[in-house]
Amino acid sequence: MTISFKINGKAQTVEVDGQTPLLWVIRDLLNLKGTKFGCGQAACGACTIHVNGEAVRSCSYAVKFAADKEITTIEGLSPSEEQLHPVQQAWIDEIVPQCGYCQPGFMMATAALLNKNPNPTDEDIDNSIINICRCATYYRMRKAIHRAAKLTQANMSASTNQEETTSETH
Amino acid sequence: MKKSYLITPFIFLCIIGLSLAFPPTNQAEVATKKASISDTEVKPQQDKQASLAAFDEMMKVVMHKRCMNCHPSDDFPRQGEDSHLHYFGIQRGKDGHGLPAAKCGTCHQSENNDFSGVPGAPHWHLAPRSMGWQGLSKAEVGAALLDKSKNGDRSLEDIVKHITEDPLVLWVFNPGLNHEGTPREAPPISKEDYIKAVKKWAETGAHLPQ
Ligand code: FES
Ligand code: FES
Repeated sequence: MTISFKINGKAQTVEVDGQTPLLWVIRDLLNLKGTKFGCGQAACGACTIHVNGEAVRSCSYAVKFAADKEITTIEGLSPSEEQLHPVQQAWIDEIVPQCGYCQPGFMMATAALLNKNPNPTDEDIDNSIINICRCATYYRMRKAIHRAAKLTQANMSASTNQEETTSETH
Repeated sequence: MKKSYLITPFIFLCIIGLSLAFPPTNQAEVATKKASISDTEVKPQQDKQASLAAFDEMMKVVMHKRCMNCHPSDDFPRQGEDSHLHYFGIQRGKDGHGLPAAKCGTCHQSENNDFSGVPGAPHWHLAPRSMGWQGLSKAEVGAALLDKSKNGDRSLEDIVKHITEDPLVLWVFNPGLNHEGTPREAPPISKEDYIKAVKKWAETGAHLPQ
């Protein structure tokens, strides 16, 4: 089956059995190894990516459903190589990872949460970020999620100020 | 007392007078009238019995765990053959589709995934709170199905269409494999018999047990 989609902003076409998990295609065909395999049962969240902006567990997502969609993996989370996504920056600032294996999935889930809820409470975080970390870095993650929310808001107000300055000078 | 003695013969005379003034036109008409009266007397009773029997049959599906697991009376879906709380603390959210980053669609797609063991059907989500059925009797679930204030303002016709055609409802007959590769339990009657029972229930007056 021929399936075309956009991944991290680039158009891709793959020739593959439509039932193949999208995670297999991302890792083995497209060689993007940032997304991890943990359980293969949509239970741990290590394979979380975005499909059309929504968090999806790619181990349980048949590639045929990705046709004509926009996929983002951890490699495409930041807008450019020079600029980190606020979630990535906050993760570094709070020194979140231990072994690191689960972290891409958590970061993608966090980015999806912040898109919908820019200022989550502890309760929102507990309810929405339900991935599993064997190293139990949850405490640092929670701090990083709050930090990422603040960074996102700071970025947004900076860009609004910049837009206002630009429109005033024109 | 004296007054009633006078009134009773008066009423009797009136009835005789009226029957003489408006006699039945012929014997055949009398027979037809009798037949139609006896029809209307007997048919509703037969319909009611048929309707209640059909209701019992369709409720074997409607109240099966495959349906009930996503018709919770609280905000937490159930799962599995023992209807345990959905793992990972999954919640209803504002629209029955879960919470951001933990939506139904984060794991459930529009068809079963027999490799991961995650069930799926189009628009996988929880029934609204007003259609929470856990803890209700069969009759109470039936009443909720017919209650427009709870069922999304659906007429009986709409309800029949919804519960016999919606692919999410009909998923119960094809529930797929669980994470151990074991087939999930399906309801005890076939899809065809269920659809027949729903239609029969509606056609015969959509009666509910007392
Ligand atoms: S590998 Fe996909 S959820 Fe665990
Ligand atoms: S950092 Fe090791 S599993 Fe999460």
